[in-house]
Amino acid sequence: MIEKALTGSKKYWLWLAFLGTLIFIGFLCYLLQWKIGLGITGMSRDVSWGFYIANFTFLVGVAASAVMVVLPYYWHNYKDFGKITVLGEFLAISAVLMCMLFIFVDLGQPNRVLNVLRYPTPNSVFFFDACVLSGYLLLNLLCGWTVLHAEYKGTKYPSWLKPFIYLAILWAPSIHIVTAFIYQGIPGRHFWLTAIMAPRFLASAFSAGPALIIILALLLKRVANFDAGQKAIQTLAKIVTYAFVLNLLFFFFEVFTAFYSGIQSHQAPIKYLFAGLHGHAEWVPFMWASYILAFIALILLVIPATRKNETTLAVACLSVFIAAWIDKGIGLITGGYTPTPFETITPYRPTLPEIGIAIGIWALGFFVLTILYKIALGVKESKELRVKYQGVLIKK
Amino acid sequence: MAIKRRDLLKLGGLTLIGTAASAAVGGVYTKPQEALKGSRWALAIDVVKCKENRATCGLKCVEVCHSLHNVPSIPDKKKEIKWIWEEKFEHAFPEHEANYYLNEKLHDTPFLLLCNHCDNPPCVRVCPTKATFKREDGIVMMDYHRCIGCRFCMAACPYGARSFNWIDPRPFIAKVNPEYPSRMKGVVEKCTLCYERIAEGKIPACVEACPAKAIVFGDLKNPNDEINKILKERIAIRRKEELTTYPSVFYLIG
Amino acid sequence: MYNAGKVIIFIVVLILFFTIPMWLNLGRVEAIPQPELPKDKTKCIESKEYMRAYHMKLLDDWRKQAIRENKHVYVAKDGEKHFVSLQKTCMKCHNNKEKFCDSCHNFVVTHPDCWNCHIAPEVAEKWQ
Repeated sequence: MIEKALTGSKKYWLWLAFLGTLIFIGFLCYLLQWKIGLGITGMSRDVSWGFYIANFTFLVGVAASAVMVVLPYYWHNYKDFGKITVLGEFLAISAVLMCMLFIFVDLGQPNRVLNVLRYPTPNSVFFFDACVLSGYLLLNLLCGWTVLHAEYKGTKYPSWLKPFIYLAILWAPSIHIVTAFIYQGIPGRHFWLTAIMAPRFLASAFSAGPALIIILALLLKRVANFDAGQKAIQTLAKIVTYAFVLNLLFFFFEVFTAFYSGIQSHQAPIKYLFAGLHGHAEWVPFMWASYILAFIALILLVIPATRKNETTLAVACLSVFIAAWIDKGIGLITGGYTPTPFETITPYRPTLPEIGIAIGIWALGFFVLTILYKIALGVKESKELRVKYQGVLIKK
Repeated sequence: MAIKRRDLLKLGGLTLIGTAASAAVGGVYTKPQEALKGSRWALAIDVVKCKENRATCGLKCVEVCHSLHNVPSIPDKKKEIKWIWEEKFEHAFPEHEANYYLNEKLHDTPFLLLCNHCDNPPCVRVCPTKATFKREDGIVMMDYHRCIGCRFCMAACPYGARSFNWIDPRPFIAKVNPEYPSRMKGVVEKCTLCYERIAEGKIPACVEACPAKAIVFGDLKNPNDEINKILKERIAIRRKEELTTYPSVFYLIG
Repeated sequence: MYNAGKVIIFIVVLILFFTIPMWLNLGRVEAIPQPELPKDKTKCIESKEYMRAYHMKLLDDWRKQAIRENKHVYVAKDGEKHFVSLQKTCMKCHNNKEKFCDSCHNFVVTHPDCWNCHIAPEVAEKWQ
């Protein structure tokens, strides 16, 4: 099957070369970090996690959201998702890969990363996260690849795979719940210490992830002559709509609790993010951009006419994706660290090499995704040809 | 003579056993006799005395601790490393800031902050490699050899007691103590309550260095220890008690 | 075999790649190092053979026992007690890292990261 990725149009190779360049630049930035240390980033004693962990958190959601196409297809036998299921699974693979890389580049002593396995510590959520993420990667590789390979051979996937598919479905929410537990189990950070963190994570994941799948499907229709089907995209759009409404509701619950209770320490991070605090307003424009985009997306998604129109749907999905990326990425991390335990504010801004490394990882993720999609679409295309050919034979 | 496969395997096995056996024969380890013995070490910092002598003491506790443990002085506040430092009341106890009367009394009192060596430490709970752990005498220890630098402990510590080596700290150590190591880039560090001095039968350096004798070191679990007497007589507060981490550092305010 | 030529070239390249260390050190002649032992001492905490074979394991045990188990005294096989500390015990006799540690470590191209944190006496001297 891999041979499908080795032949392609000029555009395909140009795109891979472009991503390769970004990966190379990111790698150079990482060499700098390897030499000097995490001091090349904008992180500090007070804001000790930043852009890397923000992207990690967001991408765990993208990875988990594959379940939104896998579950209806396998569990409810929703045939319309047949063509995009593998797209979801392969998206999960590249997203988990990015997650792992973001964790890796965030480590101060990367060559000791295996200590997590050498000294397993069940009381640490990080240990669990490492386990569930690698498990999820393996499950998706197994399920996605085996199903596609069966299609390649023109048979149905083997029956032993079924339990693994169901396991992957149950596994998906777990990776995001465990990631939420990293934050919501910490005693001294007011912005994170909330039982609604895990539900919020799931809601934003199940809107941002399928939104990305819609964008990818619409893109593939243009560049790869692959039609996921009107019905599949519309069903996904409804999933995005419901999950996104829930996500915004959950945020409103947070705001209500903080402000109606009158507890100032709970209000401080929200004030810092949306209005600025003690003369610091580093992230105010970003947070407002996020929620304005969210509002635009909400309107476009809720009105049936704009949801059914492919252009406005694409705008809505892109807005959902960016809004969730800002809100659950950098907003969540800086909000958790601000104000500091001393009720002071230390501003955080990612530095250029830090952003370079992050872009490199995103590029690597899309590189893997492109290759996986190329294989998947190649297999599906030849299957269609074969079906046509056999049809001709039968007629004769 | 040809060696049979079976013989070769036997020979290999014997060599392995031999190696393992000789490796196992080493010395044994014990605790030093002079080591201080305690079940839960604690500090009581008398802020009244601290305030009275602050003008003349030159912050000896911080100076001695940092020079003894090769703590670097990094000028960039964002990357700085500190084991013990001075903070204002409203930053040390932000939850009491709304208490106007207490604030009025204490706002110009210096508060020395350091790792609280909590009885229920969140940093230990979150560490994925057991690089930070609680000893049986209550000291929250750091094993720099094992730390992977994930900084989960820094997120979990509600007291901001932990520092991370964003860069190589050595260029920022002016005068080195050859008896103690430094740290390398990429690991988290903090006060370890002078575990190395306790092993030699000495009290923590900050306690010894204070010219006003404003810091008392003792064992909370030992009813005859002086610290228990002091804590019974005086009014003591701890940082963020509502989080029930049970800090081992007490501040005597009255 | 399909594409025999290409496959064979690739195998040769792979073999060359994985044997790089050998090629890099080909023809490198160095005398077997003679680490300089402390002059005023006749014996280490354990026998010379034991130290030569197991010093790395001993040091690793030392750090585990001192840091993790709070056991700071090592009772050697001959019953003598030693305080567990690289800088306060080992380096007091072996006070020249370059001539003692490095001479062998460089020869076998082993670079333990002890010295990123632990401070050798000559380094401390230069520092002041």
